[in-house]
Amino acid sequence: MKFGVVIFPGSNCDFDTFHVLKNVIQQPTTWLWHKDHGLQGVDCVVLPGGFAYGDYLRSGAIARFSPLMQEVGEFADKGGVVLGICNGFQVLLELGLLPGAMLRNKNLKFLCQFVTIRLENEGTRFTHKGKKGQVLRVPIAHFDGNYFAPPETLKEIEENSQVVFRYSGANGSLTEEANVNGSLHSIAGLMNKRGNVMGLMPHPERASERLLGSEDGRVIFESIISKF
Amino acid sequence: MKVRILVSFKDSVLDPQGQTVKNALHTLGYRAIKDVRQGKVFEIDLAGATKADAEKIIPEISDKVLANPIIEKFTWQIIEA
Repeated sequence: MKFGVVIFPGSNCDFDTFHVLKNVIQQPTTWLWHKDHGLQGVDCVVLPGGFAYGDYLRSGAIARFSPLMQEVGEFADKGGVVLGICNGFQVLLELGLLPGAMLRNKNLKFLCQFVTIRLENEGTRFTHKGKKGQVLRVPIAHFDGNYFAPPETLKEIEENSQVVFRYSGANGSLTEEANVNGSLHSIAGLMNKRGNVMGLMPHPERASERLLGSEDGRVIFESIISKF
Repeated sequence: MKVRILVSFKDSVLDPQGQTVKNALHTLGYRAIKDVRQGKVFEIDLAGATKADAEKIIPEISDKVLANPIIEKFTWQIIEA
């Protein structure tokens, strides 16, 4: 499976993501510069973490107008697989490929720490190698990860089982304390209705090697490359 | 022509920054302050534009770029003809 990692000015998890896809998951991986045209025949586009365009105005707000992002939108419309990590998730929300928006974390602090998230839906191309209820230990690093959607949108998301991950305790319990950034319904990861686009705030690419303290994030990449 | 656009959170959206400012003001003794909502102000210079141009352009750019309609609302006014 061929991966493309998009680079925006201000991306800073692009190299980590590229490294994990190429060297850990061992898949052909290419760079996609945000101003270029053409997705170079990739099967999966990954929008990495960082601060695209400095996150001026709102996180992800300017990045969505990059020339390449229009093509990523068309790619997703045709069923192409798109994964947005952290800032990449914010870009997908601003682009409208995923429903809702991000607000500042409830405690108004930049949160940089390990969290635990519970896998909610194992019937997706991003998680089918995992088990529902499984708890992953993965890091977060963001200022705007407080997920918001109007009540009718939230209802639709839940009814369609679009919530892929929720912030939870290490035992899988959903508590206010575990919901570190204040996200509605403790949402940490979300996919579109069709199931080909997913965004998540935690960084699976920073938790894919034992050396870095956790390998729990690998299940996402391993699911993507396996037959679904 | 100069236009001022005010973008703020919708009433249904929690504004933790506004809440923090409110709490600080309470600490300073301004007990009468019931609520604070924080927003963003954009001052835009429109070269050679008429009022009709502004009425077309400003809501368009506000909806498309300056505000995120899922969480934010906007108002605008002409501040210099």
